[in-house]
Order: sequence, then structure tokens, then C-alpha cells
Amino acid sequence: MVLFFSALLFSAGIYGVLARRNAVLILMSIELMLNAVNVNLVAFSQSLHQLTGQVFALFVIAVAAAEVGIGLAIVILIYRNRESINVDEINLLKW
Amino acid sequence: MSGQEYAFLALAIVGGISALRLVTTKNVVHGALYLVITLAAVGGIYLVLAAEFVAWVQILIYVGAIVVLFLFGLMLTKAPIGREALDNQQRGLALIVAAAILAGLIFLFQDAYSWSTKFRPPPTATAAVGASIFRHYVLPFEAVSFLLLAALIGAVVLARKDDRA
Repeated sequence: MVLFFSALLFSAGIYGVLARRNAVLILMSIELMLNAVNVNLVAFSQSLHQLTGQVFALFVIAVAAAEVGIGLAIVILIYRNRESINVDEINLLKW
Repeated sequence: MSGQEYAFLALAIVGGISALRLVTTKNVVHGALYLVITLAAVGGIYLVLAAEFVAWVQILIYVGAIVVLFLFGLMLTKAPIGREALDNQQRGLALIVAAAILAGLIFLFQDAYSWSTKFRPPPTATAAVGASIFRHYVLPFEAVSFLLLAALIGAVVLARKDDRA
């Protein structure tokens, strides 16, 4: 049951990343996917009686915090330069 | 069904619905608030699974810090309201991909891990988690702290105004 909930969270995150064009909303969807992974880690940790899953869930939370910090800094920088954070209008690195 | 399963079902329904609303809402601030609900529900699920340290870390870091970061990001970048302004043109394709991944994952979990759907958690002592981090996983812990330092410096360097240019 827990695994099904995390599959739902992960698919919602996939849909958000693919269908949104606002960069902040895309970052939020990535957080949904990371949370789905964490739910799986904790569920397996409890059902296998191993602490490793919980330890790595904590590491994933820390990495997610770092990722959001850098991501929002990049988004704000892009907004300052381009007046828009729609990812389909940012084509500076596209050939 | 046990009380734990009822609690899990309630939390999963609330969290799942708000996750779906998060990826379909037309207002970015509402999206951030739905993210709060989803993260709090996931924290409650950690409590139901008797992983209390992870649950409180989830509340502190995600609901406390990351959502505030998102709200600041939303305030500093003016976002228009409306579905056409927030979604791109590939909504149907994205729906197909997400539904295919959902179906694949459900099939896989049903097939492989039906034994793990029972709730039989012994409560995890926070002391055991701490001992495990600092005894067996010291090196990853140091790597994560270095990563956080690098991310902090990087965010400051990226987001400050460059006066010399």
C-alpha cells in the first residue's frame, strides 16, 4: 500500500515536470518525486528491519534542500536577465 | 484493518489528492500550499511507519524551510495566473507518459513486493539512527555536509547582484 502511494506521488511529479512551463512549479514537482523515493526508502527500511533506508532518506532530504537552494538561485538569476521563467522561452543554450 | 492502516489510508488520500492538485492548479501560490499539504501527509506517513526521526526532519526541513524558499522564489519571480500560462503544449503527451509510469510501477510492486504491504513496524529509536549515521555512514555524512556548503556558496554567488559588470 505504501509503495502504491509512492508510485502515485512519483507519477504526479513526472506529469508536473513534463507538463509545466513555470520553472518554480517544475522544481516543486521534482520535490514530489524525491518524496516518493523517500517514502519507498522508509517503507523498505521498516519492512526489512534495517536502518540504512532511513539514513539514506535523511541524506536525500539534505540533497533536496541543496538542490532547491541552487535551483531557485538559478531561476531568480534567469528572471533577472530575461523577465520570464518559462522554460520553453529559455533557449540560450539550444542550437 | 488495523488503526494504522486507516490512518495511512486517510493520509495517503489527502496527500495524493493534493499532489494531483499541485500539478494541475492554475495558481502558483495555491501550488505551494498544496505542496505543504502533500509534504505534511508524507511526514504523517513516516509517523505511521514508526520512523519518527525522519518524520520530524521532514516537517522541519521540507515544511519549514523548503516551502519558505519556494514562496520566496514565487514572490521574486512574477508568475501569471492561468492554465495556458503555466502549462506547455505537451500536456497530453505528459499525461500518457505519467500514466504509463504509474501503471508500470503498480504492476511491478504488485508483482514483486506484495509481502511488504503489511504494517508491522517496530518503532525506530532515534538513538539507533544517530548511531548508524555516525558509526557506519560517517563518510557519506561528511560528503553531504560538504555538498550543503558548496550549495550555500553557489547560491550566494549566483543570486547576488554583480556590481562590477
